[in-house]
Amino acid sequence: MQLKYIDEFRDPRLARGVVGKIRAAWGDRPAMRVMEVCGTHTVSIARAGIRSLLSGVVTLISGPGCPVCVTPDGYIDAAIGLGERPGTILATFGDMLRVPGKRSSLEKERAKGIDARVLYSPLDAVEIAAKNPEKEIVFLGVGFETTAPSIAGAILAAADGRIANFTVLSSIRTIPLAMEVLASDPEVRIEGFLCPAHVSAIIGSDAYLPVAEKFGIPCVVAGFEPLDILYGIYLLLLQKKRGAATVENEYARVATQGGNPKALEVIGKVFRETDTAWRGIGVLPGTGLRIAENYAAFDAERKFGIEIPSAEERTACRCGDVLKGKISPPQCPLFGKACTPEEPYGPCMVSSEGTCAAYFKYGVQ
Amino acid sequence: MCLGVPARVVEVKGTSATVEVGGARREISVLLLDRVTAGDWVILHAGFAIEKLSPEEAEKTLALFREISDATEVH
Repeated sequence: MQLKYIDEFRDPRLARGVVGKIRAAWGDRPAMRVMEVCGTHTVSIARAGIRSLLSGVVTLISGPGCPVCVTPDGYIDAAIGLGERPGTILATFGDMLRVPGKRSSLEKERAKGIDARVLYSPLDAVEIAAKNPEKEIVFLGVGFETTAPSIAGAILAAADGRIANFTVLSSIRTIPLAMEVLASDPEVRIEGFLCPAHVSAIIGSDAYLPVAEKFGIPCVVAGFEPLDILYGIYLLLLQKKRGAATVENEYARVATQGGNPKALEVIGKVFRETDTAWRGIGVLPGTGLRIAENYAAFDAERKFGIEIPSAEERTACRCGDVLKGKISPPQCPLFGKACTPEEPYGPCMVSSEGTCAAYFKYGVQ
Repeated sequence: MCLGVPARVVEVKGTSATVEVGGARREISVLLLDRVTAGDWVILHAGFAIEKLSPEEAEKTLALFREISDATEVH
């Protein structure tokens, strides 16, 4: 099956050409430290073997852009707590099921009898609510700006349909301010950001101007296919070479400078900015989205009077350092030993987009 | 989790649309787009079209790849 607008961006002949161009342009300069912020980039880079294709030219550091990975364990515990209430159906994206909380995971609790369902769209959760008025449907709203408008759209649909048994337990995070925190961390030493494709489709490439301007770090928005990533890296190398720090957009077929105004309007209607905890990183001011007062009836935290604790237990798992790009997965003492995709210990090994899972699966050293 | 797939719009009905993805048809929401018509390409994520895909821009980017790739092969 041919997939239009995907296959063309995977052409191996063109990829070889771009790699040749990159090597020729960079010469024997020391490798540039580039962070790919988004987990979808991490998987694509690992799958296409881009690290080894560009070894010596760029050192690719994986960032915190896997929503499941940065969701604190307190959130999982809160979700399990809600799932244990009689008559409750938890609805979630698939990756969330196996993430360990402090005491258990949704998958383990499901085996013991809680009703946790994996859905493709938050709209499906609204539909389940409409069909089961005697049940409470709680959607586990995890994601970044890419997913925020879809979750907001589901809340608007529930409000329109006067569906009173649908709520969202929000754990939505936003990217640009988190990038600023990483940019200012001397231990991470980022020299260039490969910016997320679909977060940028929503917020627009101009959202990274403060990162480029305040910290002097080149930023390039790139699509998720191998050619997009290679060309995005090429643009970052060229910026570094000429001493520039601007925002460029390789993914012009989808992302624009200003983003998607309608999606931003929907986010602005349903959510408000808040401080939020990132697993392994801590509380980052202004990087979360909570449900606005007008839609409080759809906020699981308010409706059920719960609060998600942000404190974390300290363990040997070094997920936090992996998420900040301070170490690569094989440097964690648990990697591949006490922590594998079959028996994950930390969230970076659970999610298919987690840095540790990508390293394990594709044998990156 | 931020993956989105290119889908071609077949029919629009209010804030819903039928799209084609890899030969299969699906019902999705187009609430997040201002104007969308049959024949448009969109990026589908979690049941919503989150942005349009511009075939012209896609072709420009591919042309750029071909150009720099061919330039490398000559040298």
